[in-house]
Amino acid sequence: MQTVKMVVTGPFSAGKTEFIQSVSEIDVVSTERKISSRGERAVKEATTVAMDFGRITVDDDLVLYLFGTPGQKRFDFMWEILSEGMLGFIVMVDSTRPETYREARTILETFRAYAPTPYVVAANKQDKEDAWDIEDVRHALRLDPKVKLLPCVATDRDSVKKVLLELLYSILAEMDNGKRK
Amino acid sequence: MALRGNLRDITFTQILNLINLAKKTGTLIVEGPGQTAQVSFREGKLVFAQIEKEESNLATVLNKAKKLSANQYRAIMQHGSAISDKELGLMLINAGYISKADILLSIQQHCVDIAHRMFTWMEGFFRFENDMLPPDNRINVRLDLENLIIEGSRQLREWEQLQDEIPSLDMALKFIDRPGADLKNINLSVEEWRVVSFINPKNSMKQIAHATKMSDLNIRRIIYGLLQAGLVEIVRPSGQAAVAKIRSFPTENKEEQKSLVNRLINRIRSL
Repeated sequence: MQTVKMVVTGPFSAGKTEFIQSVSEIDVVSTERKISSRGERAVKEATTVAMDFGRITVDDDLVLYLFGTPGQKRFDFMWEILSEGMLGFIVMVDSTRPETYREARTILETFRAYAPTPYVVAANKQDKEDAWDIEDVRHALRLDPKVKLLPCVATDRDSVKKVLLELLYSILAEMDNGKRK
Repeated sequence: MALRGNLRDITFTQILNLINLAKKTGTLIVEGPGQTAQVSFREGKLVFAQIEKEESNLATVLNKAKKLSANQYRAIMQHGSAISDKELGLMLINAGYISKADILLSIQQHCVDIAHRMFTWMEGFFRFENDMLPPDNRINVRLDLENLIIEGSRQLREWEQLQDEIPSLDMALKFIDRPGADLKNINLSVEEWRVVSFINPKNSMKQIAHATKMSDLNIRRIIYGLLQAGLVEIVRPSGQAAVAKIRSFPTENKEEQKSLVNRLINRIRSL
């Protein structure tokens, strides 16, 4: 059995766990804990402390694993471990919380430093009224026009599929360009 | 109980605050990133500071402060390296080369510079040796800690923000290919120009810092400014091997890798 993996990362409460839950064929193995910080508890009750783990069986011989990183900064020692051997990664950002954009940018740079694999950025919660426009998010994150920034609703399977497919297309394109070893 | 621990848990600024409030006498020894610093205090005032393996004798301090010319410095180091700082200071004052105030101000600045460097050390074991003071042949100053503590707090905040923005200095920089962006029309300081002259995807930010002899804090400050101005972007250094040590694909064969990605695409589409 061959296995490959992708990593879903992003700031606290960006929607990483929901993203994986939407497409995983198993219940996401989530290591969530109640949040101790009062400020963060105002955003949500529980957070991922080690990782989320989802699975998509491709065929008898191939399985794709999706790993979600812990969102809180104090667990960032897990990031490098999770990034080892990934095909590519997705940076999730909550479009309704511009105060997290700077952290998203930092996470993006950190993962780029870990491994030169393709990545896409998913602007989550685009169904919410107070979500920033996708191009505004691009400017705020200082993303190069060549970086794929995709509108996303992590609870919607079709939306999640689109993001995963765009990442796979990027991986394929990079192979065609001969960058990938 | 001995004052000891790790800067990860208690910052240098917090230690200074404690020494100031408790009016401590002794030497703080900090094992920072690749170097060890010793900072001595008498009744809560900073009296001397040095980094191990870095010259901190009076001649070096005065040369750094541009109070001694290169030739004078060379002559002293060749012929007078055996004499103590106090003797050298007296000789220079008596010879009319320098005033006592200049000597004290230069040593103060040397101590402040070391403290500023230590503000950026985020990790490292420290211990405070009660009543241990610099050797008698060293000239001591008396520096109030309040200003240092305020400056340290300011730098710490700035450092944390800059680390968030530029987490790794192992990455390189390249100029953004943007119409209208022209360096000639932008006012840059001498330091910024020095950094700009090294910007090339082949040079990591760490290498640029080394070449320009800048601290991590200073190089981050300048790069942050260039990033904010939209002049440069962070890229992986060209020619550098991928960091990922573990293979992404279970096979080395390119065609099999492509086939695998296509199988993934088909599967995701069918979900």
